Amino acid sequence: MFFRDQSEMLPARAAPITEVGIVGWLRINLFSSYPNSALTLVSLTLLLLVVPPFIDWVLIKAQFSGDTGEACSGIGACWAWVDQRLGQFFYGFYPAEAHWRVNVTAVLLVPAILYVLVDNLPGAKFGRWFSYVYPLLAAYLLVGGFGLEVISSDKFGGFMLNMIVGLTGIVLSLPIGVLLALGRQSRLPVIRLFSIAFIEAVRGVPLITLLFVAIVLLQLFLPPEVSLDQLLRVIIMVTLFASAYMAEVVRGGLQAIPKGQIEGAQAVGLGYWQTMRLIVLPQALRISIPGIVNTFIGLFKDTTLVIIIGLFDLLGHARLLQTNPDWIGDVDHEAYLFSAAVFFLVCFLMSRYSVSLEKQLSKDRH
Amino acid sequence: MSTETPEAAGASAVPIIEISNLNKWFGAFHVLRDINLSVAAQERVVICGPSGSGKSTLIRCINRLEDHQEGLIVVDGIPLTRNIKNIDQVRREIGMVFQQFNLFPHLTILENCTLGPVWVRKMPRQAAEEIAMKFLERVQILDQSAKYPGQLSGGQQQRAAIARALCMEPRVMLFDEPTSALDPEMIKEVLDVMTGLAESGMTMIIVSHEMGFASQVADRMIFMDDGQIVEVNTPQAFFNNPQSDRTKLFLSQILRH
Repeated sequence: MFFRDQSEMLPARAAPITEVGIVGWLRINLFSSYPNSALTLVSLTLLLLVVPPFIDWVLIKAQFSGDTGEACSGIGACWAWVDQRLGQFFYGFYPAEAHWRVNVTAVLLVPAILYVLVDNLPGAKFGRWFSYVYPLLAAYLLVGGFGLEVISSDKFGGFMLNMIVGLTGIVLSLPIGVLLALGRQSRLPVIRLFSIAFIEAVRGVPLITLLFVAIVLLQLFLPPEVSLDQLLRVIIMVTLFASAYMAEVVRGGLQAIPKGQIEGAQAVGLGYWQTMRLIVLPQALRISIPGIVNTFIGLFKDTTLVIIIGLFDLLGHARLLQTNPDWIGDVDHEAYLFSAAVFFLVCFLMSRYSVSLEKQLSKDRH
Repeated sequence: MSTETPEAAGASAVPIIEISNLNKWFGAFHVLRDINLSVAAQERVVICGPSGSGKSTLIRCINRLEDHQEGLIVVDGIPLTRNIKNIDQVRREIGMVFQQFNLFPHLTILENCTLGPVWVRKMPRQAAEEIAMKFLERVQILDQSAKYPGQLSGGQQQRAAIARALCMEPRVMLFDEPTSALDPEMIKEVLDVMTGLAESGMTMIIVSHEMGFASQVADRMIFMDDGQIVEVNTPQAFFNNPQSDRTKLFLSQILRH
């Protein structure tokens, strides 16, 4: 028989050092088993081999001033071009005296996006309304007219071009993709066949081909007096291309919704569009978030393909810099590295937003 | 054996649902065969039968979750045809409770209940919420109204589903095996709610194998097999003195345990 008196009850003791604090964290995350420990050591070695030399090259030994490639030392990175060329990288050939219009558009973009993406911001009602009006406002600011000097779209370039094509594509491809996905499941054969044909045709062709069609072939089919702006054609093609992919991503989400959800909605008396808008799509889109954002990121990076049809986006200006007589041969890596960093930043933000949105939604519901 | 409808004792004679010569096929499979059934206002009908006998399909035809190829279904004077307006009208008259609840997981219990009143009946949100609260209280889950369906037990979910249907203030309630997906200890709480509903005078058509409940609540028992109505009887006669051999066999099998 065993008996423990109240006065003899054991007090809680602090956990051993291997379970908590830095040591605990290291043991659990980095050295939990022999293979894990080996991987940790290999990774550390690789990081030590790569990171310090990289930082050394990019920053410490780097050259920051100078007017031509002559100034570049060759030991470290050469950022001397930034001073002259950064403007082109972001604005293309947009006239310098009108750069403020791009800046205002970019600054206003922040609240326009935030009011769509984040709930419960102060002034949400006005903010939502602002988000809807923003595309018109941006078009007015960038293109001009009504008192502002008109700037033709062939002056657009640099990262601004990537943002314009990318964001328009993102904003339009989701609703079009949703409609195509619903159309693909429609009971009406005409709508179903059109949706399938559109999705398969557009998805089965490289985007570059579509861009060529937009620039070269489209004019053959349009009446001669109709002349679509070149940038507009690119935006249309990129949007249609992304919409086809989006449709398939959304279809995956739609198919994951049990039939009982639709029956439940019908039994309550909701019509088709109400059922889709209130019951099916909120659930289907939530499941599809990773795929949707994946398509957004792909679309955004695809905007660099406009170089094929002679538009100079960020990457295009990086190449222009490399072929400039003043800099030729001296700044190849730096120009690409800079472009890559800018694209990475935007894509990484989209990815993080997607992760936080998923977390927030799963927290809300359970 | 006869498919004629005997008048149910005590219920008013005004038929709210009239089904005549209903035939339905799933592809080549003849799932409903010459169904004739008339249900009076405030009548409680319980349909039972082996699985695959067409009982669920029959009640799903009544609010047009399934369409039919032959015959006529008239609900409260509105014939169910391809006409979408008639279908919408009929669905407003009928509430339905499913085996799998079919609550909307992305909406709170309260939002599940106000959805129909707000979007179909075009009721102001506040009025809809008042109605929802009333019915949630009646099924005794008012305290759960801010939760999402996934946070509730099966029995609570099914009671919420009943409240959701009641919020449309239907004239008829259809129940498609409402307790089949529930753990045994939760069946009673749902049956209690349904019994209360029956006592309040709601017209109910219930597909169920809960025979104790059926004998208490039903005005009429219907037994289906092979897509047809095999026996229609009062509960007493149905359980004590079934007429058809098929019914006898079925009852002996399900009442044994």
